Amino acid sequence: MVDPRTSIIDERMRGIGRIIAVSSGKGGVGKSLVAATLALTLAKKGYNVGLFDLDFTSPSTHIILGIEGIRPKEEKGIVPPIVHGIKYMSIIYYSGEHVSPLRGADVSNALIELLSITRWERLDFLVIDMPPGIGDATLDLIRLIKNIEFLIVTTPSQLAFETVRKLVSLLKELKIPVIGIVENMRMNNSKTIQQQTQKLDLNFLGEIPYDPKVEKAIGNTDNLLNTMFAKKLEKIVEKLWHNQKK
Amino acid sequence: MHEWALAEAVIAAASQIAEQEGLKEVTEVKIKVGELQQIELDILEFALSQLKPAKFKDAKFSIELAKAELKCRVCSYKWSFKKEKMDENAAEAIHFVPEIAHAYIKCPKCGSPDFEILEGRGVWLESIKGVKQEDG
Repeated sequence: MVDPRTSIIDERMRGIGRIIAVSSGKGGVGKSLVAATLALTLAKKGYNVGLFDLDFTSPSTHIILGIEGIRPKEEKGIVPPIVHGIKYMSIIYYSGEHVSPLRGADVSNALIELLSITRWERLDFLVIDMPPGIGDATLDLIRLIKNIEFLIVTTPSQLAFETVRKLVSLLKELKIPVIGIVENMRMNNSKTIQQQTQKLDLNFLGEIPYDPKVEKAIGNTDNLLNTMFAKKLEKIVEKLWHNQKK
Repeated sequence: MHEWALAEAVIAAASQIAEQEGLKEVTEVKIKVGELQQIELDILEFALSQLKPAKFKDAKFSIELAKAELKCRVCSYKWSFKKEKMDENAAEAIHFVPEIAHAYIKCPKCGSPDFEILEGRGVWLESIKGVKQEDG
């Protein structure tokens, strides 16, 4: 027996310019905030953007974006609704407030299902909020999406960076492009992460100072885009994609 | 109409297999559909008939429905999924992403959400038959 779903994923991804998996070695580094704000920033700059929350057991981008009571349209598949200028897809449409305790194989199956039925159509960027670490979702995306690229988020903590090293090592081994590393929640002027990133032969994309205002801006995208956090991320976006076609 | 998206996947997979096997014409495609996903079989059949490429012109699509069997990982109890016992929103969510069953269904014996879907999850391509291209 053959699982037919994987045969259609290329077709579903065909209209997407760049697929950016926002990833981290471990949780709690602000990956979902970076993913959601990155999507908002790109949309603000006039790009066609999708955001796909793949953190199935702990989805949170809908809270960051203040999304409630919206459902995707069913039309020869699933058409993600446009929220704050972003085509937004999350398992939250289906799990709602319920806990979804999924094992690895279930995560894989749910991921393949959503990849095969979601109609993104034409996008300049698809930003993916990944679950932390090197689990099933990461391995599946690497296996199923040909032109995926990783943007890695870390904090200044050596604990976070050690797990990043492992993620980078896997991605390098599999020849998956890494856009670079963002240092989030910087508290001082230490250049340790920047130096260690360069030692890994990767781009250090920039640092984002710890911004206590972000927490209060959660759920309100206008306020979020006005935080120092978002402004710093915008600089990174401008540097990275100033030549990107719309 | 998300059946349409699944039908597209079936046609894409069957076309790839036909290509690999060197079939010039496909005569039969067997599909297995798990009860858990509550696929509307007539919509699936209609979508298949609309989407089939020339090579599948005379192909017979046979669809077999597989019972959804669940097994608790904690107490090993086995049971079958019954749509009628489900809340409408939960049944719809499971229709789109069958794994969401873990958010809505619990083991009837011990109450754990940690169960295995033994059979009857989604759509499978069971086999395809056809006429091979002649060599040369």
